[in-house]
Amino acid sequence: MSVKRDSLSLSFAVGVYGAAFGAASVAAHFSVFQTCVISLLTFSGASQFAAVGVIGSGGSALSAIATGALLGTRNGLYAVRMAPLLKVRGVKRIIAAQITIDESTGVALAQDNEKDSRTGFWWTGLGVFIFWNIFTLLGALSAGLLEDPAAYGLDALVPAAFVGLVWPRLKGKRSYFLAAIAFIFALCLAPFVPAGIPIIATSLLAVIVGWRA
Amino acid sequence: MNIFWITALGTSAAAFMFKYLGHCVPESWLAHPRVQRINLLIPVALLSALVAIQAFTDKTKIVVDHRMAGVGFAIAAFMAKLPFPVAVFGAAIVSAVIYRIS
Repeated sequence: MSVKRDSLSLSFAVGVYGAAFGAASVAAHFSVFQTCVISLLTFSGASQFAAVGVIGSGGSALSAIATGALLGTRNGLYAVRMAPLLKVRGVKRIIAAQITIDESTGVALAQDNEKDSRTGFWWTGLGVFIFWNIFTLLGALSAGLLEDPAAYGLDALVPAAFVGLVWPRLKGKRSYFLAAIAFIFALCLAPFVPAGIPIIATSLLAVIVGWRA
Repeated sequence: MNIFWITALGTSAAAFMFKYLGHCVPESWLAHPRVQRINLLIPVALLSALVAIQAFTDKTKIVVDHRMAGVGFAIAAFMAKLPFPVAVFGAAIVSAVIYRIS
């Protein structure tokens, strides 16, 4: 089934990048255990990289948490979108919440029926969770060895995966227009605002572009 | 508790709070056609921005490097309707080759 195949290949692709987080976190003087706790409990790549990055560059815990939190608001937006699709309560909702990230939401939204969307969400969310945490541990343990993920193309693998996620969603002039201006807008903002903000800010563009029928 | 544990647990708590709150918002918030429309467009905007940021920035600097070749390959592959893994891992290989050459 193609949705499961896509979910697992994306999970692996994204999960491998957890090694880079593990290495980055240890390089910022977090212990291997603390690094693994962050991947298990925060489980949101951008938030994690941002938080350890702030500490690594000498920032306070508060600014690290604030930056990580700001990047996490994106997942809240995804959750609002996913909740009516998943219709889960109790422990299942807690698990669903924890795995509500870019990739699980992206795969779910890329499907053309609800059954495939749910399959995509759970397979991708849990798949990324498993691979991300395994590779976080491996990366943290071998921090010195995987200093240069670019040499293995890992730094191009994730944006390529995002291209694949946005691709099926480009239907009609309005979505192409939005994709183009969001791309440009994010790059224009990037030099001037903290990491993560350029991405979140483009949700305002979506509101403006989608306001009128 | 040192700075590392405060950061690890604080970021985790904040991240989970947003994820969970999003799941608790009533479904009726999404009933309006405008909200539906915007909700379909939000991932288009965020994913496009993520492509831009992950491919063309280094921290807060805009850079054009080997990653562009990888993303270019991915775009060509998706245009040619190649399967997802071929496009994504092909992009990594192309990027790594360019990185090692340059």
